[in-house]
Amino acid sequence: MDTNDKGVRKIVDMITGFARSNSLFMLAYGTGCGDIEIPPAMTSRYDWERFGYRKMATPRQADVLLISGYLATKTLKRVIRSYEQMQEPKYVVAFGSCTINGGMYWDSYNTIKMLDHYIPVDVYINGCMPRPEAVMSGLFDLQEQIKKGEANGAQKYRENLEWYRGNQKKVIKNWVMPEYNW
Amino acid sequence: MEDILKLLGGAAATMLLAFVVGATYGGLVRKIIARTQNRVGPPWYQNFVDISKLYMKDTAVHHGVMQHIGPAFAITASVTVLMFVPVLREGGWFPWFENLNFKGDIIFLIYMMVFGSLGMALGIGQTGNPNASIGVSRGLSMMVGYEIPFVLSLVSVMVQTHTTSITGLMEWQTQNGWLMFEAPFAFITMLLAILGMFHYAPFDIAHAPSEIASGPPSEFGGKYLAMMMTSGSIFAFAKLVFLVDVFMNGASNLVMLVVKTLLLYMVPVLYGAVSPRYRTEQAIRYLWGWPVFFGIIALIYSIYI
Ligand code: SF4
Repeated sequence: MDTNDKGVRKIVDMITGFARSNSLFMLAYGTGCGDIEIPPAMTSRYDWERFGYRKMATPRQADVLLISGYLATKTLKRVIRSYEQMQEPKYVVAFGSCTINGGMYWDSYNTIKMLDHYIPVDVYINGCMPRPEAVMSGLFDLQEQIKKGEANGAQKYRENLEWYRGNQKKVIKNWVMPEYNW
Repeated sequence: MEDILKLLGGAAATMLLAFVVGATYGGLVRKIIARTQNRVGPPWYQNFVDISKLYMKDTAVHHGVMQHIGPAFAITASVTVLMFVPVLREGGWFPWFENLNFKGDIIFLIYMMVFGSLGMALGIGQTGNPNASIGVSRGLSMMVGYEIPFVLSLVSVMVQTHTTSITGLMEWQTQNGWLMFEAPFAFITMLLAILGMFHYAPFDIAHAPSEIASGPPSEFGGKYLAMMMTSGSIFAFAKLVFLVDVFMNGASNLVMLVVKTLLLYMVPVLYGAVSPRYRTEQAIRYLWGWPVFFGIIALIYSIYI
């Protein structure tokens, strides 16, 4: 069978898209206040397990990194470590205005403003804070992107690693990590 | 030549059956737990989607050779156990499932069942993740906990029926009735022991989601996790079939097999769905309490019956 054949590729893409988008393991890294919206989304009221979402406790097993709010520079360091330890394909979902433009912490001395400068974000969910419905709709968007093969933040990160590293090192003064955290 | 092909085909069919049934059970369990929590829960095929996604993930982690061999050990042990368990009773309408049924006995299986976890423990030790090591030590303590009632129950059955072979046990049952009723104390002991054996709550101390990350597999993602899930599905099925063989005289067709294994599986699942988690010493104290008591009674009963 010719694996580069268009039809074959299409079928393979369909299967991978289906499997990847319908089984999202989340590493919920509760950074900011937005994390309080995750428990209702998980439990009986909104029950996101219906769509195959599941919480995973370690970055090794996770596909999605949920950044749930503002990031202090100290937290950013941990986020970077967790993000780099995740295995590809991996996606980032950022909650709340704090991750988009700094939100109400825009003039704070030790939080970052635009998360996109530090790690690649696939989906933003705005609101301060977004309700569980908004969280789910953001995750549906992510599913759509994965199905179409457009959620390639990890690839962007790999290609522009220098730029991201530069930005990260600008705010993290005591960088005592290896150049890449496997 | 023909015989070998038949054997291999039978083995492959058995493995496929075990995987499909085991993973479906896993999905059903998630559904049942969700329903007890008043949720809708994932579709029954969720485990298949999860496993195939995990097989498609990159795995660029290297901690040493044992880390790569560990999951392979686990799956080898599960498949080996499966091969020695008679899936269907002799004369059932699936003659292929005979495999190695008549070569091994219960004592061999008791040893073999531990092998996978030990292999995994070696692999996990090399990843150097502290959470994983805590998980392993908890898992091994749990094993010491449930193996004693488990072995007591099986030994009393063996004493009562004067045979150590599973097919021998099934023949005995065909003549004298199910061991479930003929050796009631052994069955009670086994029911209590499998609560610990299947690692559902309250005995989920080894994996302890979000208490110690995800326990032993903390450092394993992607293909390794998929391999562990596959091996877990096969092993769960093998254990269930083994218990059905020993206590319920096996099954003569696939429908009966599914009914009997599912009934047995519901015991730890439903008990787990409504239970919180024990601490390690509580779990062991529990398993060395009533289960061992019933186990000793079963032993005395089997000697004097
Ligand atoms: S966007 Fe609002 S709710 Fe979210 S982290 Fe910022 S301040 Fe908190």
